[in-house]
Amino acid sequence: MALDLTTDATNTWCPGCPNSQILVAFRMAVEEMVKKGELELHNLVAGAGVGCHGKISDYLEVNTFNSLHGRIIPTLTGIKLANPKLQVVGFSGDGDSFSEGFNHISNAARTNSNINVFLHNNQVFALTTGQATRLTPKGFKGGTTPEGSFNEPINPALVMLALGATFVARTYAGDIKKTKAIMQEAMRHQGFAFVDIIQPCITFFDTRDYFKERIEWLPDTHKANRFESALKVARSVSDEKVPLGIFYQVERPTFESNFE
Amino acid sequence: MDDSSSAIRTIAIGGAAGDGIREAGINFSELFTELGYHTFSSFDYPSLIRGGHNYARVSYSTGVVRADYRELDVLIAVDANSVRVHLDELKPDARVFVEQAYMEHLKEIDVELIPLPMKQIADECKAPHVARTSSAFGAYGYTRGIPLQRLKELANIVFANVGAGMNVKLVEAGYMHMRAKEYPQDELNLPDHGYHASEVIDGNKAVAKGLLAAGLEAYIGYPMTPSTSTLQFLAKAGKKRGIKVVHPEDEIAVINMALGMSYAGKRAACGTANGGVALMQETISLAGVSEIPLVILESMRMGPATGVATHTSQGDLQFTLHAGHGEFPKFVVAPGDVEECFECAADAMNMAWKYQLTSIILSDKHLSESYMSATLDEESKGPDLGKRALHLGGQYKRYKITHDGISPLAFPGTPGVMVKATSYEHIEEGEATEDPREVKEMQDKRFRKYTGLYEDFKWFPTVKTYGDLESDIVVVFWGSTKGAALEAAKYTKQPVKLVQILWMEPFDADRVKAELAGARVVIDVEANHTAQLAALIREKTSIEILNKVLKYDAQPFTPKQLAEEINRFM
Repeated sequence: MALDLTTDATNTWCPGCPNSQILVAFRMAVEEMVKKGELELHNLVAGAGVGCHGKISDYLEVNTFNSLHGRIIPTLTGIKLANPKLQVVGFSGDGDSFSEGFNHISNAARTNSNINVFLHNNQVFALTTGQATRLTPKGFKGGTTPEGSFNEPINPALVMLALGATFVARTYAGDIKKTKAIMQEAMRHQGFAFVDIIQPCITFFDTRDYFKERIEWLPDTHKANRFESALKVARSVSDEKVPLGIFYQVERPTFESNFE
Repeated sequence: MDDSSSAIRTIAIGGAAGDGIREAGINFSELFTELGYHTFSSFDYPSLIRGGHNYARVSYSTGVVRADYRELDVLIAVDANSVRVHLDELKPDARVFVEQAYMEHLKEIDVELIPLPMKQIADECKAPHVARTSSAFGAYGYTRGIPLQRLKELANIVFANVGAGMNVKLVEAGYMHMRAKEYPQDELNLPDHGYHASEVIDGNKAVAKGLLAAGLEAYIGYPMTPSTSTLQFLAKAGKKRGIKVVHPEDEIAVINMALGMSYAGKRAACGTANGGVALMQETISLAGVSEIPLVILESMRMGPATGVATHTSQGDLQFTLHAGHGEFPKFVVAPGDVEECFECAADAMNMAWKYQLTSIILSDKHLSESYMSATLDEESKGPDLGKRALHLGGQYKRYKITHDGISPLAFPGTPGVMVKATSYEHIEEGEATEDPREVKEMQDKRFRKYTGLYEDFKWFPTVKTYGDLESDIVVVFWGSTKGAALEAAKYTKQPVKLVQILWMEPFDADRVKAELAGARVVIDVEANHTAQLAALIREKTSIEILNKVLKYDAQPFTPKQLAEEINRFM
């Protein structure tokens, strides 16, 4: 019987929203891993925070934990610590983990908690109809910054590297195949895996054309096991190019291994 | 001193932070307990690491002592300040041991002082500063007439955990100093009932033991006075007891991590002070809607805000009852002594799992950090799941609508089962809904848990009574005030009936009404400004209590002062 990871819930994302592409990529990633025997479906837990991204838990026929805004990360660590057999994946947003819940994601990266965080990075608070997050470019005119936002955005990949994440990648929601492959690599990784998924918000901050012209996959020659190389790539985001791929991947004891 | 009778004696040890005052208090409590006395000890310390004034106060008697007394029979002063601070608490025949080096600073004091060179003795024994009160332990033992050999045997037991060798040397040196000075000794007069309590334990450790008895598998906490010692005790017990103990980045992470562990099937608890619970509010609400079992130890200190950080208060009863936004069932229990800490903590864990809700154990500084001689019946409590609904095949529905409000509980990792937890209002399958009928149905399901909880009134001590049960003067109280209230009843002009409320939510209104019925005078005693228990009683029973004894100076009630307050209503 073919695996069916859909639920009866009505999809309420805006028609055409790249969140659906992330959903499809994840379903494909899981289906393939289950088929290959890499993953047992009942051992998968998908968590989410609150924001547009959080709706994903209603659309996945797997174990889910749809938490509060900003609070999914420590819950994921608790789940993994309670039952190390579980594959623990968390969906979060740029508002959810880089505005409200930053203390949590920074601590999970630092402690190398053996969980995955897939960041739906639309660079805007969308479910509350368009305000600047801490990842929104300076000058964004939103509900709370009618004359343009004042601050430079955080560079999420750079911050995660600095804090000690052992897997850092960036992908583009529109590239479903590559997003699927990166999700699978993240899930295979033992340790804190952070995937920044660029997910343009077609309603409040439509950056589809901007990114299409600038995204650039890392060459095969990139050495992901070298911190300096990863830093260089993470810092190379500019108005000309936005690098995608697995920036960094190393092994280090996980937080949960301290309790074995 | 005649210590063979049921007279209550009190010894205080005073000094600066870093002088080992708390440890000395525990040592004396253990000494008295070993001798067959009952003890109660409290510790008063400012929020600093070095300096200031700390004191430990130990009351003991051959009968049960439930609070420490202000009136002192013995004072051991490691610094000059301790004599001045406690001068007006000394009974006329009190013995006052003073660090010899400070004698010249106390010339104005017209009480007989017994100089004791604690520092010098410690130096001679090459003992650290913090151990110097051990020589006072020896000096005190000498004055009580305990033979040296017996005192050394007792010291070996009392100091077993901290290295008996050096401390026993200090005890002996203190003893020999007093003998050399030919100080008079009491005739040896000790309890001879051949029994002693098994341990000296504080509320925080008793809560930890109760949680362990009920199957605790994980404890998550962030240090905050007065809850920290539960976290540290369990962290130390951690691997040996097979429990996972975590101190994460903040209290918000604490509760969310604990919730994750419960979701995955582990009996998790978390602990903090009232300020930490303030940070946890939205997740208490999340636990409510997602029906994930969760246990919180909340130990109150004096607020608002940072307040009086290391001192006691009962100012958060109403805050705790209303914890979390929105409406959902919860369980709030307020133990009043170490035995109840053990029992209520175990019950709180079992209630959380039986009804899939948040249980809060409400303690305070005076209960959490005061020690009592006790023999806990640790076999009396165990893990209880109640009649947990089982998933019997077919499609699993985490939030199945049931007649008793309890849905089948399953955990991720179970083949054929998808467990969907959510912060949104939801349908049986755990997917979000805004449909008015479904929203109402799910709330009704959750609130049906109260049917079972009300049934449980029959099986648990929701309310306890003491004193003269026929008296028409009734004193009502809760939590740590129990100790002072029961002691105060020994000194009231007329006998009183004492009513202690333990279950705050759900509230056993019929029982409370019955206990207050027929009373001529009802007096509410609480350590807060706004009489929060009286408000709760009025809300639940329509009984208005007009007589109130309220204390909000961050100090616990003391027995004789409380008796005077109660007497004013007679």
